[in-house]
Amino acid sequence: MSVTFNVNGQSQTVDADGDTPLLYVLRDDLKLNAAKFGCGLGQCGACTVIVDDRPVFSCVLPISMLEGRKIRTLESLGTAEKPGTLQQAFIDEQAAQCGYCIPGMMMRAQALLERNPGANETEIRQALEPNLCRCGTHMRIIRAVKRAATAMEGG
Amino acid sequence: MARRALFTLVIAVVVVGAVGYLAFVYKPAIAPISATANFDPALVARGSQLAALGDCSSCHTAPGGAALAGGVAVPTPYGTIYSTNITPDRDTGIGAWSEAAFIRAMQEGVDREGHHLYPAFPFDHFTHVTLDDDRAIYAYLMTRDPVKQEPVANELRFPFNIRGLVAFWDVLFLHRGPLPDDGTQSAEWNLGRYLVEGLGHCAACHTPRNSFGAEDSAKAYAGGPVIDGWYTYPINASSPAPDKWTAAELAAYLKTGYSADHGVSRGPMAQVTARLSEASDDDVNAMAAYVASLMGSAATEATTAAAAQQQPILTSGDSLVAPATQETSDRGAAIYAAACSSCHDSGRGPPFGGIDFHKSTAVNADSPQNIINMVLYGLPAAEGRTGATMPGFAGSISHDDLTALLAYLRATYANGKPAWSNADRLVADTMSGKTVVKLYGQDGVQRAIPGAASQRTTP
Repeated sequence: MSVTFNVNGQSQTVDADGDTPLLYVLRDDLKLNAAKFGCGLGQCGACTVIVDDRPVFSCVLPISMLEGRKIRTLESLGTAEKPGTLQQAFIDEQAAQCGYCIPGMMMRAQALLERNPGANETEIRQALEPNLCRCGTHMRIIRAVKRAATAMEGG
Repeated sequence: MARRALFTLVIAVVVVGAVGYLAFVYKPAIAPISATANFDPALVARGSQLAALGDCSSCHTAPGGAALAGGVAVPTPYGTIYSTNITPDRDTGIGAWSEAAFIRAMQEGVDREGHHLYPAFPFDHFTHVTLDDDRAIYAYLMTRDPVKQEPVANELRFPFNIRGLVAFWDVLFLHRGPLPDDGTQSAEWNLGRYLVEGLGHCAACHTPRNSFGAEDSAKAYAGGPVIDGWYTYPINASSPAPDKWTAAELAAYLKTGYSADHGVSRGPMAQVTARLSEASDDDVNAMAAYVASLMGSAATEATTAAAAQQQPILTSGDSLVAPATQETSDRGAAIYAAACSSCHDSGRGPPFGGIDFHKSTAVNADSPQNIINMVLYGLPAAEGRTGATMPGFAGSISHDDLTALLAYLRATYANGKPAWSNADRLVADTMSGKTVVKLYGQDGVQRAIPGAASQRTTP
């Protein structure tokens, strides 16, 4: 089937089976490789992207559910040369170790801060709970999101 | 003169009526105790197990609040009742209650000061509890930490805010005293019935209520009420479970909240199963034996029908790739293949394998409400233990996609049962928040629904 949706501000039409997960389309067809394949079961959060304004697991999200919807991946937050506020906060706090979970962490944090710009630590912990990090950089990740929250609220 | 006589008659009727009402409703206060007694630790330990069986904390401990200090809102058709503080605080709890006052509350539904308690407190079940068990529960409660927390005032409409009226309800619906043993049944069955009909008060949720708010005894355990946004399953002969529950399966479910052959508890039943994990095995096994008998012995016909349709479980070395669906044109089938199949057709156990829907009570039940809740909100992970988990799809699935998925699940896995006619409305009410769903972990602790910022988890 053919599905048209908006990815990072650009309209995209993809031709694939309706049960193809969004993650495969993002990585294989659109070459947007920030979102990662982790478990493929919607359990680890490495594939998290934002659909409309909610964070979702793209590995278990069929494209048949996405006609006309607005998708954002980590690539929409900034570039290596010009990182966004949240990305800069992760750099400042050196929050990545292996880095595999970080794109998902950032997208879930981004959705939180758009909904609740002044999120406190409890709210950050609660919001990021679905996303796993096996390196154990949780404390730095929380600090980075808090730093971004402060920057966004102040700005 | 005639007018005067009539006036006197009216006054007389009013006075006699009022005196009669007061005499009927009146219950004396029981004197407060000055100091708490010392209790035998063995009695307290037994009381702890009984409190778990009775699940006192579901209603008397607020999410995030102090244990047993009350304040949980219990919605009823007559208004909202708030649970009381049953810690041994003298001023705001039951610290001044003697054992006799506690036993009267359990058996008659009257508090220490003589007020009638509303049957949201299930004394219509607790009246069957033995004096020995009441004493053990009293010992347990009186040795908890006292918490000073004023009870929240009930919000009941007139005339339901008149406590004395409960005395009339009691005449109709309170059948006091112990249940006589059934000599044709085993000792285990009789113990199970004692616990299920008494302290466990299973029927308080699983039996529909009549217009007086009392359990409709003609529909015992027929299910149907929606509690905390979850549909209550029948647990009598009309249980929708495709494979009849065995007593052993039921005991395991009651202790863990999970059965690979039936389903998982994440609504208010998760509070029950979390507490039953603390109860004694003998007691839970007995409850399971009794409830299994209510549902009827294994009906081979249903069992075979379900077994015949189940897909073979994969063995190690087999591909874990989801089986290709032949109906990709079917919207629900495509969603199932992409979003559900990788766990639910994997043949794995929890946490990363899902139940085969041919066996699912939820898909085979008369209402799709519980499947709707699970698709939207998932199964929150338990802390510190292995258990079933599932991601929720509230952030991505639309109303039409969810109804398509429900139609696919029902048509494919419900062993020939008819489509759900009310799915469209239930999906709409749940997604709009009109149906407020409370989600619990395997530990029985309420979890926030992701994205539902307006829903508070504390009172």
